[in-house]
Amino acid sequence: MEITFEHVSHIYQPNTPFAFHALKDLSFHIPSGSYTAIIGHTGSGKSTLIQHLNGLLIPTEGRVKVGDFQLEPGKKNKHMKDLRKHVGVVFQYPEHQLFEETVKKDLMFGPLNFGTAETTIEKRIPEILEAVQLPEEVLDRSPFDLSGGQMRRVAIAGILMMDPNVLVLDEPTAGLDPGGRREMMDMFYNLHKEKEMTTILVTHSMEDAMKYADYVLIMNEGRLYMEGQPEEVLIQKKKLEAVGLDVPEMVEFLSMFEEKFGTKIPFHGQNIKELASDMLRVMKWGKCDE
Amino acid sequence: MRELEQSFIQFDEVSFWYNHDEPWALKELSLTIKKNEFVAVIGHNGSGKSTIAKLMNGLLFPQKGEIFVDGLRLSEETVWDIRKKVGMVFQNPDNQFVGTTVEDDVAFGLENHGIPRKEMIERIEQSLKAVGMLDYRKHEPHRLSGGQKQRVAIAGVLAVAPDLIILDEATAMLDPKGRTEIMKTVQRIRKEKKVSILMITHDLHEVTFADRVIVMNRGQKLIEGTPKEVFQQHETLWEIGLDIPFVAKIAAELKQRGIPLNKQPLNNKELLEELWRLHSNM
Repeated sequence: MEITFEHVSHIYQPNTPFAFHALKDLSFHIPSGSYTAIIGHTGSGKSTLIQHLNGLLIPTEGRVKVGDFQLEPGKKNKHMKDLRKHVGVVFQYPEHQLFEETVKKDLMFGPLNFGTAETTIEKRIPEILEAVQLPEEVLDRSPFDLSGGQMRRVAIAGILMMDPNVLVLDEPTAGLDPGGRREMMDMFYNLHKEKEMTTILVTHSMEDAMKYADYVLIMNEGRLYMEGQPEEVLIQKKKLEAVGLDVPEMVEFLSMFEEKFGTKIPFHGQNIKELASDMLRVMKWGKCDE
Repeated sequence: MRELEQSFIQFDEVSFWYNHDEPWALKELSLTIKKNEFVAVIGHNGSGKSTIAKLMNGLLFPQKGEIFVDGLRLSEETVWDIRKKVGMVFQNPDNQFVGTTVEDDVAFGLENHGIPRKEMIERIEQSLKAVGMLDYRKHEPHRLSGGQKQRVAIAGVLAVAPDLIILDEATAMLDPKGRTEIMKTVQRIRKEKKVSILMITHDLHEVTFADRVIVMNRGQKLIEGTPKEVFQQHETLWEIGLDIPFVAKIAAELKQRGIPLNKQPLNNKELLEELWRLHSNM
């Protein structure tokens, strides 16, 4: 599903002394089936932005289009429930939203609410468990007896049960250890590819944005500050630092290397092995190309 | 006995389980923390890190082994004295506020310890100053940023003047800016006050500031050493689901390609300086 923001502004508590302009004249386009990373420091408007994607918030000005759905100020959207079926949002610490007695009941809660038949739902369960890499044994257990990482997987499975076209991930790996983080990010990437979902990742990790996203949006003070492909945007050290963001570690290292050795190794999405080879060439021959 | 006098915390073959039918959360763990030392504990989720923290100030008691804090053996009788010596800052900044203003919040811990009012005021001011939050003393805690909230939480702990501060994944919910704030604060209070730090973290960058690192795996100590020593064992770390810092990865690759690096670099600058020296002699 493609997503378009047209001059979207959002004001919390408008016309009061507490009025807060969280989004300001925001316009962008996300093509269907793409993987977009949204980056910005705390308070830049990221959370407000994603709450517009499934109609938890309606723009104060402008228009949000998600597939055929439109969100505009003042208009009641009769199809809100439908929209929420299509747009799955994994909020931060989604395991806090688990509440049922068993994992199975928790997984079924969403689709039952949307009126899906019980037999149809049950058929979906094995596939979803496999996607989030949980064994079937967990189904009859209480979600609260599972480890933190497993609880998070159950919560994510609950969202995948609705078979969303758009998956919004708000810092999905916060609090996980490095191994758990890698596994979970790879899992989302596989889902993205297999199910051809439109994926939107809110993150502080420049590494993840560089590794997984086709496109990045950089937010600052409620406005779109930069946008483009990660390898174009995430190398602009001065511009990013001006809004309190760091560049990926690789880019930072290359910049320090250039300062020390006076020779530039261009960033081309190389991995660490390739970087080591690049560095050896510079040290031996004073230049990077073979 | 000499060891006991030097170390502030001592674990002697400590074992702990949460449930009889589950494996040990900690198994025969021995460790020490010296006065004014900064120790980092890393390990995957469920490796026993937080259990260590909870045992250190008597939120939990071990089923086997003994724990000494400043020479006191942890027991029901000593736990209240021990808690004055060991302060803890938890992960979620929103779960640890009770006061309606920043200074009220810091005062809370002191009131519980029965500190006279005049001394309280001094201590509140001092500890807020130490974390750089004195200007915010009249602010409402819930309106602060995540990093600021955690700094106030640290001030609350500092005010009680503990000998050890445990930060249990205290930066996990913060953005990069908030994390930097906390690390600067920790380094500052270490310089200004004689206090030991135990930092439980997943953030490898934070580990590089520690004097010593303990790597936990399945309730046992897997590796222990300086950050440099620990990061050299990158294959072992990777196997148990941990990572090593970017600079340690490059250093490993360069060594494999025959660059004779002598020192394990902890940051980009250290690596580049050594490479520059080697390059000049090439």
